[in-house]
Amino acid sequence: MKTLAPATEQARYIGQSLARPNALRLAEGRGTYVDDIELPRMVHVVYWRSPVAHAHIVKIDASFARMMPGVVAVVDGPQMAKICKPWVATLTHLAGMKSAPQYPLAMDRACWQGEPVVAVVANTRVEAEDALQYLVVEWEALPALIETETALDAGSIVIHPQLGDNLCFTRSLDTGGVDAAFASADAVAEVTFQFGRHTGVTLEPRCQISDYNPSEKRLTVHHSQQAPHMMQDLYSRQFGIPESQIRVICKDVGGSFGIKVHAYPDDFATVALSVLLERPVKFVTDRLESFTSDIHARQHRVTGRIAANKSGEILAFEIDDLTGIGPYSMFPRTSAIEGNQVVNLVGGPYRHQQYRAKLNVVFQNKAPTCQYRGVGHPIACAVTEGLVDAIAQKLAIDPLVIRQQNVIRDDAYPMTATSGIKLEGLSHQQCLDKIAVMMDYPALRAEQAALQKRGIYRGIGIAALIELTNPSAAFYGVGGARISAQDGATIRLEPTGAITVMVGVGEQGQGTEAIFAQIAADAVGVSMELVRVVTGDTDVTPYGGGTWASRGAGIGGEAVLQAGLALQKNIVGVASVILKRDVSEIALVNDAIVEISSGQSLMPLAELGRVAYFRPDSLPAGFNAELMVTRHYAQRDYPFIFTNGVQASLVEVDVDTGFVKLLKHWVVEDCGRVINPMLVDEQMRGAVVQGIGGALFEECLYDDAGLLQNGNMADYLVPMAAEMPDIEVAHVETPTKTSKLGAKGAGEAGTAGAPAAIMNAINDALSPFNTTVYSQPITPQKILRALGKV
Amino acid sequence: MENTSQTHLINVTVNGHPERRPVQPRQHLIDFLRDDLGLKGSHVGCEHGVCGACTVRLDGKIVRGCLVLAVQADRKRVDTIEGLTQSGAAQALQAAFVRRNALQCGFCTPGMLAAALELVETKPSATRTEVREWISGNYCRCTGYQAIVDAICDVLASSPEVAK
Repeated sequence: MKTLAPATEQARYIGQSLARPNALRLAEGRGTYVDDIELPRMVHVVYWRSPVAHAHIVKIDASFARMMPGVVAVVDGPQMAKICKPWVATLTHLAGMKSAPQYPLAMDRACWQGEPVVAVVANTRVEAEDALQYLVVEWEALPALIETETALDAGSIVIHPQLGDNLCFTRSLDTGGVDAAFASADAVAEVTFQFGRHTGVTLEPRCQISDYNPSEKRLTVHHSQQAPHMMQDLYSRQFGIPESQIRVICKDVGGSFGIKVHAYPDDFATVALSVLLERPVKFVTDRLESFTSDIHARQHRVTGRIAANKSGEILAFEIDDLTGIGPYSMFPRTSAIEGNQVVNLVGGPYRHQQYRAKLNVVFQNKAPTCQYRGVGHPIACAVTEGLVDAIAQKLAIDPLVIRQQNVIRDDAYPMTATSGIKLEGLSHQQCLDKIAVMMDYPALRAEQAALQKRGIYRGIGIAALIELTNPSAAFYGVGGARISAQDGATIRLEPTGAITVMVGVGEQGQGTEAIFAQIAADAVGVSMELVRVVTGDTDVTPYGGGTWASRGAGIGGEAVLQAGLALQKNIVGVASVILKRDVSEIALVNDAIVEISSGQSLMPLAELGRVAYFRPDSLPAGFNAELMVTRHYAQRDYPFIFTNGVQASLVEVDVDTGFVKLLKHWVVEDCGRVINPMLVDEQMRGAVVQGIGGALFEECLYDDAGLLQNGNMADYLVPMAAEMPDIEVAHVETPTKTSKLGAKGAGEAGTAGAPAAIMNAINDALSPFNTTVYSQPITPQKILRALGKV
Repeated sequence: MENTSQTHLINVTVNGHPERRPVQPRQHLIDFLRDDLGLKGSHVGCEHGVCGACTVRLDGKIVRGCLVLAVQADRKRVDTIEGLTQSGAAQALQAAFVRRNALQCGFCTPGMLAAALELVETKPSATRTEVREWISGNYCRCTGYQAIVDAICDVLASSPEVAK
């Protein structure tokens, strides 16, 4: 790997594979997840949820439930609507987007199975659940719209009559010469891809404790959330509580993946209850209600076409995407972003000149969908890479070769891609060359051919990808969503020479706090053992956007770097006054002020701290030791920074059973500067496995009435250890020039590329039978059906 | 529903300490540990025996805390992550997990460690494939499992029982 110039003068930690300082605490079971917190006067809420996809709520009889022991309150939608405003989740930059007002609890109509309708609050969770059994809700089933394919038909019910139809958002993109390109092409391939709706299954379910203190008129919410400041803003606006009177605290978060970056109706309902009852209310979803109330994602049907000439040159892509998002657009990020991303990203790694896309985002009576790890990338990548393999097969060109031939050249940046996205600097060529060496591609192909003669069907799948990171305000802010694109870091020198780092981006296990410690230690010039990182508290940290769109390292990390460098400068300034030396003669190195010329230590940092804090009388009049600094960073040069990478999968398909065995997976990833290689590798591996889940196992299966058939962990299959392959990860580093740190972000690329690589590998294995499967999850049944065996 | 107020007195040794507590017959062991004893290190992930987050030891063998009733622990010994940490039993695994970054959010980790410890203690010569199979009852959404497998294999490789 080409070695980058260090980001800081002292480079002791950035770039090193170091263990996370906060990991042992979790390994010893000493974490503090929301459900571990007990507060005085705390009560527990459970929700009665709609048992059907679409229902008119006729009558709620809570008289028996209220008689149950320990019950504190039973509250319905109209009661709650008196203190919490409804919301409509649209963004103004998604032109024409529409959705309907949504309330914390259904008012007189429930629009999906799992929508919260009534809150039952009791002294204990057990008592609340017991009382729930005695709640009588009279409802009438309404006709439900389940299938996306018929959502726009004239005969279909309109879920929200005031909207006129079931179309949430539509978008078209056309470069103008698509028809001519297809007409003149030597080869055209067309494929219809199906993507099953799936969900995040965070091991810690969504949970919160809302604590309204009427004497201070102050709301504190202990939350398992990715964006604490966003929630602070939303609570303020929906409840009319001044933002300065709201504190959101996120301690340990047991997995998020996008599931915990949204504002759920039962979240607002729980806050409303604490305001009404004037005491802390704990809400922890159980696993069954997680499946019907967490956001789902990725239900798409995409018909795609690709045109190429005989030499393998790709000329054009065309897609038609239909996606179903449930009955409401999700607050506040909206449910149109995923489809919009698909339009932006299809064809992203390639040099074709022509592209046409059509997107329809439609309402339906299923659980709402929204942003989940990778947001549109797994769809766009599978469509693009599936089409590239399809055309390669038609032209009898090797899948690796056609990619090497068509990817945007590494020296072509910065450039604007065919869909209009701006690309600062990518490394597709280097990544493809590297992965070919890693997997020993020619040998694998030879082995595949040899095994095929013995009736063993192996397949090799390759997927090139781009991934959006480090978003500017173009993602949400310009569309009117009050989600910070900027993030900040405050660093304070303690009298002991230690530093405390407070950052707006929080930790959900990615290792965010570890890399902030690495960056801060190098930037200031102190040992990592002396760094303490504090995140996840709106009362404490600088204002920021939080954790999403792989922005932690790139945005939060840059803020830490800038704050660290500024603090170092201030410390050297203080040292210059104490030591009566010019600032040019001294530096802060390894926890001490040193003389640059000799390298000799002049004063330990702890001594500087002692003088500055406890003996300022010894310093010149008018001099202030500014030993706490804050710096902010927002990426403003591009709408988004893009990373790139390539993945490859080796599978073996049992053509008698349809079972797929994952033998090996390779990743080459370019996330710019790598701050901690071990942590980036683990982000990749975890994300790849999450992508494999969607490709092979995971689907929220609904029946014709809109009832979820597999909403539990026994029936909804997630990847477990025995079936997963070992995953080899390597890096190319093309730092972004938009920041000094040069980090781009690494959280989602694995999920973006894995489904495409797996799908292509399976279809490669099936190629001797001239059949393909383009419907994910690719189950044994679908494979056997493709083989004509069932 | 009826008789929920009836309780049974159980005597159970938790992490080496004797406990004498009244419990409802329907109360799960995991809720007893977390809610009655305040041992929050074991987590509740699915409450139907699939995810493994609530894995604890009952008389030395791992069980799912959500599939065992508290009354079933009467006159038995229960060890949770808190006890396994204090006794040092899980120390080698915990160090390997930290070194390999075999945990991210950490929610599955106490259960994963309890499962892994039983493997290390009962099957010190387990192969990498056997490690993958052994922990396939414990769900981890973050890591993709490889680092967990690596960490357990590290401990197995350094185990004195294995002939090198």
